[in-house]
Amino acid sequence: MRLMTSEVKLRDEVGIGNFKVMKNKLRSEQRRLFVRRFWANKSAVIGSIMLLFLSVFALFSPLVSQFSPLEIDPLNRLDSPNGTHWFGTDNFGRDLFSRVASGAQVSIGVGFSVAILTAVIGMIIGLYSAYYSVLDHILMRICDALMAFPDILLAVAIMAVLGPQPINVVIAVTISKIPSLARIVRSSALVIKEQTYIEAMQAQGASSGRIIWRHIVPNILSPLIVQLTYVFAVAIILEAALSFLGAGIPAPDPSWGNILFDGKVVIFSAWWMTVFPGIFIILTVLGLNLFGDGLRDLLDPHSNKANK
Amino acid sequence: MKAYILKRLLSIIPVLLIVAVIVFFIIHLIPGDPASVILGEEATPEDVQTLREELGLNLPIYEQFIHWFAGIFQGDFGNSIYMNMPVLEAFVSHIGPTLSLALLAQSISIIIAIPLGVIAAKRRGTNVDQLFMIIAMLGLSIPSFLLALLLMLIFGVNLQWLPVAGYSPVSTGLWSHLQFMILPAISLGAIQAAVISRMSRSSMIDILSMNYIKTAKAKGVKDRVVVYKHALRNAFIPILTILGETFGSLITGAVVTETVFNLPGIGQLVINAIVRRDYAVIQGTILLIAFSYLLLNLIIDLLYGLVDPRIRLSRK
Repeated sequence: MRLMTSEVKLRDEVGIGNFKVMKNKLRSEQRRLFVRRFWANKSAVIGSIMLLFLSVFALFSPLVSQFSPLEIDPLNRLDSPNGTHWFGTDNFGRDLFSRVASGAQVSIGVGFSVAILTAVIGMIIGLYSAYYSVLDHILMRICDALMAFPDILLAVAIMAVLGPQPINVVIAVTISKIPSLARIVRSSALVIKEQTYIEAMQAQGASSGRIIWRHIVPNILSPLIVQLTYVFAVAIILEAALSFLGAGIPAPDPSWGNILFDGKVVIFSAWWMTVFPGIFIILTVLGLNLFGDGLRDLLDPHSNKANK
Repeated sequence: MKAYILKRLLSIIPVLLIVAVIVFFIIHLIPGDPASVILGEEATPEDVQTLREELGLNLPIYEQFIHWFAGIFQGDFGNSIYMNMPVLEAFVSHIGPTLSLALLAQSISIIIAIPLGVIAAKRRGTNVDQLFMIIAMLGLSIPSFLLALLLMLIFGVNLQWLPVAGYSPVSTGLWSHLQFMILPAISLGAIQAAVISRMSRSSMIDILSMNYIKTAKAKGVKDRVVVYKHALRNAFIPILTILGETFGSLITGAVVTETVFNLPGIGQLVINAIVRRDYAVIQGTILLIAFSYLLLNLIIDLLYGLVDPRIRLSRK
């Protein structure tokens, strides 16, 4: 069990017998403090409310809507928003509300998978290149090279190779986002690696795997988590852009990007096809950005005095 | 300084090589044989075979790579199968709208963002500061192609102040050029402006709390001089970094923005090439974009040396 510095001090003061009880008290006190600081942080609160709303919308609106997102109704093409079709209908007469809702599941699903995959792979690459300087040279040159491509072009090219499938959108966006995350992990890991306690571990003969995973990883987790919210947001944008270019989620399955693509053709007659998916993209990205900013202030009080 | 420039120049060579390898192999993994795509469905297998040989597609893949890579050093990026012209020529003929768009967007964003950031930093914690930062947060959260669609809806469709899409080159007159560029440039520059204003604000705040600023103020130097002469120059280094880093994303954004507004730029060139499986064009264009991105970063790195002599010395 890893103890915090304050806990070690406490153990010395009260003796090992009373320590267990006290430690639990201390930890729950710290948790309470964190919750209080969370509520005091406006961005974090507003961001999480927005994200909560979106998750509820994505999960439950398909139950509320009476229409299937794929059901074509030629008689009601391009209806403006009304009592039956809350967001109007699209150029095939499909109900826009259920399409936006079902698109929310796709977009948020893609964004979430990208964030998790990028975190895992980026963390492994970043950690090992920070630890082994030979690997560092090779991996970082490859990252430099990948970062020289505009991410959307790289993603479009990868989609051309893999074919238009939702899973391939996840792969394409993940590949284009890994290098920058790996770089961030690497630079935070490099700082930790120079600390005296890591040197002490090495002197004691701890294996490099143990040092990396048990002693470096816990210390880089908070910047990593903050970055993940941003990767999530960028993934949502990239997925929408890819689908908007016709290289993402294939029709007829809805995603916010390909609804916008359909909407562009009829932009003169059907504003709702641009405005509604647009609002949801903005809400999601804004929510994630606010949440990320708030989290950054909460997890690392030193990093951003300037942004308070 | 010379040794520093040389060292930096040499250091991008391996990256360029890896970029070339990645581009080449990704493109060659795209399913579908370009020869049969060009000739269409009715082509006989013999015709396809002849064309494959003509294009060098029958050679082993590493030979194709060496052939292509050797050509690049002579400025030969291959020929576009569809457009019947060298890739370099196609690239040059499409670069105009993209460069114009990127530069306009960058200028708009700098003109708006740096004053906003500086004012917000000076009035830190006030309502003005909060309002600016809320606007910046919003700007950061609207993808440029979406902003493009929304602006198009408001100014093109509803108010009809500006054309919805299309392009006219500068040679036909500056106003008619700008008319088509205003909406794309604003939609592309907005995110940029948001990033730059946040960066200038936090970097100004850092600098304004330094001791030498306090000293200058204590000496009785005018407020305006302190902010604009003493602080801003030092705050410029992180701002420059952001300008360089985001110029790449500007080109990225330009690709999508161009498709929204039907601008005949690099974005359209690549997207069309991917649809048509025009290997040479995809390879050449992506490679040229990546090269220019690397070069740009190099130039910015060297510019630091000019703005801040400390960097020049420490990196020797």
